[in-house]
Amino acid sequence: MLLEIKNLHASIDGKEILRGINLSIKEGEIHAIMGPNGSGKSTLSAVLTGNPAFEVTEGEVWFRGKNLLEMSPEDRSREGIFLSFQYPVEIPGVSMVNFMRSAVNEHRKYRQESALSASDFLKLMREKRSVVELDSKLANRSVNEGFSGGEKKRNEIFQMAMLEPKLSILDETDSGLDIDALRIVALGVNKLRTPDNSTIVITHYQRLLDYIVPDQVHILYKGRIVKTAGRELVLDLEERGYDWIKQETEE
Amino acid sequence: MQAEKDYIDLYKQHAESIGKSCSDLLNSKREEAFEKFQSLGFPNKSLEDYRHCDLQEALSIDYGLNINRVSMPINPHDVFSCDVPNLSTKLFFVVNDQFYKKDKIIGLPEGVLCGSLNDISSLHASLLEPYYNRLSQKSSDGMVPFNTTFAQDGFVLYVPAGVVIEKPIQLIQILHGSVDMMVNRRLLIILEENAQAQLLICDHSLSSKQFLTNQVTEIFVGKNASLEFYDLEMDHNKSIRISNILVTQEASSHLLMNGITLQNGLTRNNITVRLEGEGAEAQLSGMALGSGTQLIDNHLFVDHAVPHCTSHQLFKYVLDGSSRGVFGGRVLVEKDAQKTSAFQSNKNLCSTREARMFVKPQLEIYADDVKCSHGTATGQIDENALFYMRTRGIPEIEARLLLKFAFTADVIDHIGLEPLKDRMRMLVEKRFRGELAKCAGCSAANCS
Repeated sequence: MLLEIKNLHASIDGKEILRGINLSIKEGEIHAIMGPNGSGKSTLSAVLTGNPAFEVTEGEVWFRGKNLLEMSPEDRSREGIFLSFQYPVEIPGVSMVNFMRSAVNEHRKYRQESALSASDFLKLMREKRSVVELDSKLANRSVNEGFSGGEKKRNEIFQMAMLEPKLSILDETDSGLDIDALRIVALGVNKLRTPDNSTIVITHYQRLLDYIVPDQVHILYKGRIVKTAGRELVLDLEERGYDWIKQETEE
Repeated sequence: MQAEKDYIDLYKQHAESIGKSCSDLLNSKREEAFEKFQSLGFPNKSLEDYRHCDLQEALSIDYGLNINRVSMPINPHDVFSCDVPNLSTKLFFVVNDQFYKKDKIIGLPEGVLCGSLNDISSLHASLLEPYYNRLSQKSSDGMVPFNTTFAQDGFVLYVPAGVVIEKPIQLIQILHGSVDMMVNRRLLIILEENAQAQLLICDHSLSSKQFLTNQVTEIFVGKNASLEFYDLEMDHNKSIRISNILVTQEASSHLLMNGITLQNGLTRNNITVRLEGEGAEAQLSGMALGSGTQLIDNHLFVDHAVPHCTSHQLFKYVLDGSSRGVFGGRVLVEKDAQKTSAFQSNKNLCSTREARMFVKPQLEIYADDVKCSHGTATGQIDENALFYMRTRGIPEIEARLLLKFAFTADVIDHIGLEPLKDRMRMLVEKRFRGELAKCAGCSAANCS
């Protein structure tokens, strides 16, 4: 098992958002997490990556046999967890090159590998940029500064390509993307798939899931997974909305 | 205050010794300055501009003054080599307040005077006479007449009309002594019409004694002349530096000033720039990196006296530990100074809860057709950016460092000398990593 979440409860500022999540993900699987606004989707991704703003009040998370909740955000990353942010952060003054070089070399250090030489690193950058057709000009700018919405999301997938995570969490990666950008991002994600790595796709819409086809679909509502099914559930939701889920749950 | 009385008595007793080895020009200004100091006294906390900069303790220490001009038994070349890679400069030293004369001054364009203030003001008295103390005598800061009273040497750079000095001039000012010392250092920079020069001044302390440097720099930028002036401070934590820089700019002249405090104990910079010829431009930048219990106080006063002048200020502070930063920026646009452009930006990062920043921007405009703005902001490290970086595997400490480093980037961009830019990036990073006990070339121990 790659990831095992058991009865996870989490809150922010004393307000409970996750109320007992159970979820298991095997190597190579794609899981979609859907649900209405405010159901806790982004909170789940924040908790899995160790955002200090959230407090885990109950439950366990195991990642490749290790207790994830005891790790710092940086160690989670080095262990192979990656979050594509819904709102990627702009960092004026920090160049993409320096940022990625630090990140890649920290990962290598963790695996007890030596740091990449400058030329090897630039070669890697070039190679991975092509995965999402990221303009070389962007790579020379400050992290996300002045990037359009689509460029920011592509930049997230570019970073994912650079870090080669075991588990990628795509948090609303489709929001704010036009059809072309969506396709490029989705194809990028598919190119990076291997039989060993897994993906959690958090989304509101069917669109992205036309390209990244999930093995399982979970509906998150009021901090719990209230329904799990195959990909056919996506079509159901597209047609009927979330109201029937809400009703079913209330009953 | 007792300290003032002690120094007043000291001067009365030793006036003759002080003047004995000095030029007539230096000596001719002492009496008047002494009178003025007696009426002004040292700056104290009751003055609005010194509210956050208490000098009382610093001034109460019993310092030695090198009145009898005992030469310091060091060869600066042995103890110091400032290695700015790829930056080829004309290098000169000042040890405490004495210009180091053993280096030959060669290779400068004809007519340029560069070297000991005392010597040159003796040999070329009529040339310096119109400049020396012209700006200082109007200062209302007691430290300035105090300097004029006690100044015995320092540095002078005189560039005649039309002369361009291609190579940057680098002045290393070393503090050295076996007892606690007060140093009254005096600098005079004169660029005549159409002259050009770049001057890099680096301050270092090479012994662990307590130093109080009281420095006065007078700068004259003539018509259409251009000066780049870099003031880089890397002293140890027991150094106290009070610096008054007084500038006047004539028509169409250009000044680029960048003052960087990388490390020190207490720093007070008073920078006064008067734009008195139409079309003059001043770019004034600076940055201060504080840690421990350091205090860095920059007070700027830009006086737009005539129309069509431009001034830009950019000052940034990064404060760690329980350090304190003070920024006072006053821009005065006088009644007739139409078409003035004056901008001021001050941004500060307090990276601990204990660090404190005090800011007082002032814009006084008496003309009605001007473009002026000022802005200031003080904040903490962006937690979202920090988390974002950590999720990519960058450790928190490294992420903080990158963010602090990024914050200083635009001040470094305002350096005109490319190799110095690179060097500054390296020094700033080292400083944030706590590795900057000293400049790489500085062999003296205990600079931290």
